[in-house]
Amino acid sequence: MRDIGVAIVGIGMHPFGRHEGVTGMEQGALAVRRACADAGISWQDVPFAVGGSRDGGNPDRMVTHLGLTGLLFLNVINGCATGGSALITAYNLIRSGAYDLGMAIGYDKHERGAFVPSTQPAGKTDWYGGSGLSLTTQFFAMKINRYMEQHRISHRSLARVAAKAFRNAEKNPMAWRRRSMTEEEILDAPMLSYPLTQYMFCSPGEGGVALALCRADHAHRYTTRPIFLRASVVRSRRFGSFEVLAPSLANIEGEGPTIDASRAAFEEAGVGPEDVDLAQLQDTETGAEIMHMAENGFCADGEQEEMLAKGETEIGGRLPVNTDGGCIANGEPIGASGLRQVYENVLQLRGEAGERQVPGDPKVAYTHVYGSPGISGVTILSR
Amino acid sequence: MAIRSIDDSVLDLSGPEPRLIGARCRSCGNHTFPVSSGCVKCSGDDMEIVALGSTGELWAWTVQSFPPKAPPYLGNVDKKTFEPYGVGYVSLPEVKVEGRLTESDPEKLSCGMKMSLVTVPLARDDDGTEIVTFGFAPLERGHA
Repeated sequence: MRDIGVAIVGIGMHPFGRHEGVTGMEQGALAVRRACADAGISWQDVPFAVGGSRDGGNPDRMVTHLGLTGLLFLNVINGCATGGSALITAYNLIRSGAYDLGMAIGYDKHERGAFVPSTQPAGKTDWYGGSGLSLTTQFFAMKINRYMEQHRISHRSLARVAAKAFRNAEKNPMAWRRRSMTEEEILDAPMLSYPLTQYMFCSPGEGGVALALCRADHAHRYTTRPIFLRASVVRSRRFGSFEVLAPSLANIEGEGPTIDASRAAFEEAGVGPEDVDLAQLQDTETGAEIMHMAENGFCADGEQEEMLAKGETEIGGRLPVNTDGGCIANGEPIGASGLRQVYENVLQLRGEAGERQVPGDPKVAYTHVYGSPGISGVTILSR
Repeated sequence: MAIRSIDDSVLDLSGPEPRLIGARCRSCGNHTFPVSSGCVKCSGDDMEIVALGSTGELWAWTVQSFPPKAPPYLGNVDKKTFEPYGVGYVSLPEVKVEGRLTESDPEKLSCGMKMSLVTVPLARDDDGTEIVTFGFAPLERGHA
């Protein structure tokens, strides 16, 4: 059977940050209206939508803002990979031939401070959280701390990634933290979880993103600049991997879900890491961006030290990474985060990224999200 | 002074030494912590409850330098008196277990150091009973 390709024909975003008096769902609804306008359609034309939000209320209730049309509306929740999960669902509903047009939507609005998810079912003692262990920040710190020792990554590299994020965000009107910081300011900030300081972590935040998708052969009906979704993959953890919020780990060591999802996505798209012109990689904290460069196949373990020193992941470098400022500068509204990455890649591939446009007419762009309790979502887009 | 475990099904204080309670798969021999109804390795469902070994090597670590949110955290969250604590995975003979570390100085922590199971006080019940969780303390050189 010939594969029905999928195109992204409309994108919409509510700015990221903190927005007093605006609910998460209202931010999502604005993103939907903007995506519809971008594709030249009305909400009344949308036959299905897949929405994700952790703290913003059930997404299907958005119809009270957008119109009660009787469409199929699926809610998805998958940790920080919620956006990626909304997208893979929408992608496959179109690929299967069931629908010609649909939307992937993500939004959120979180309390301040580190996420402390409950890992215990109702009715059981939360000994894990009670003991002071259920912080996602601890996992990220432990993982990069071990990685730095094994692969000779310096504290300076951690600061370089954060400085790049704030520098890129300065050129992104939708970003939250748009003030440049020096590497020294970042290194000298309070240590939250060794080796990571305050400005090396992203914060829970707010924002919304929506994407309008259709069968590739219908794309010309909606836009003159379709961007094609060549792969959308989500994987969970296998035995032996090192993942967030795990009270124990196997004594054997295996590969994690990012490596699995990345390999499967490259296979699905029929391209390799060398073909990718820019990448948005999950940067829950700066160490994650560094490790995810290798886990997604863009370098060998340890090569990041030199790549960062040479500026290879800057806009204008060999492989620009997190061109919109990433999670570090945009914050992490869980439902919206993965779709933000895709939104940025669509802008870049259309050549509409303004001051932060990646030069050289990029053709292939990559996204990667990672979330609790050990899931990764990857997309590959091309013109 | 009375003490009690934060959860008897995880940390057993009924014997002379504290013990962590896990499960062993009778089909493939893999261990889980805490107890699980099924095996994460082979998907088998014939699990027996066992006590885990109490010493091993530190495999990964960090230091928790800000007070966690309470709830769920039971310990001290007063910003003025909060004391950072170490967190790490220790490779016990059966499985790597995540726990608090009694050492919180990055200069004194490194992967591969020998650690041993201890109890860590968290809070007191209204009647004064001390609630403890588990943690790991560095073994003195020469005792490992």
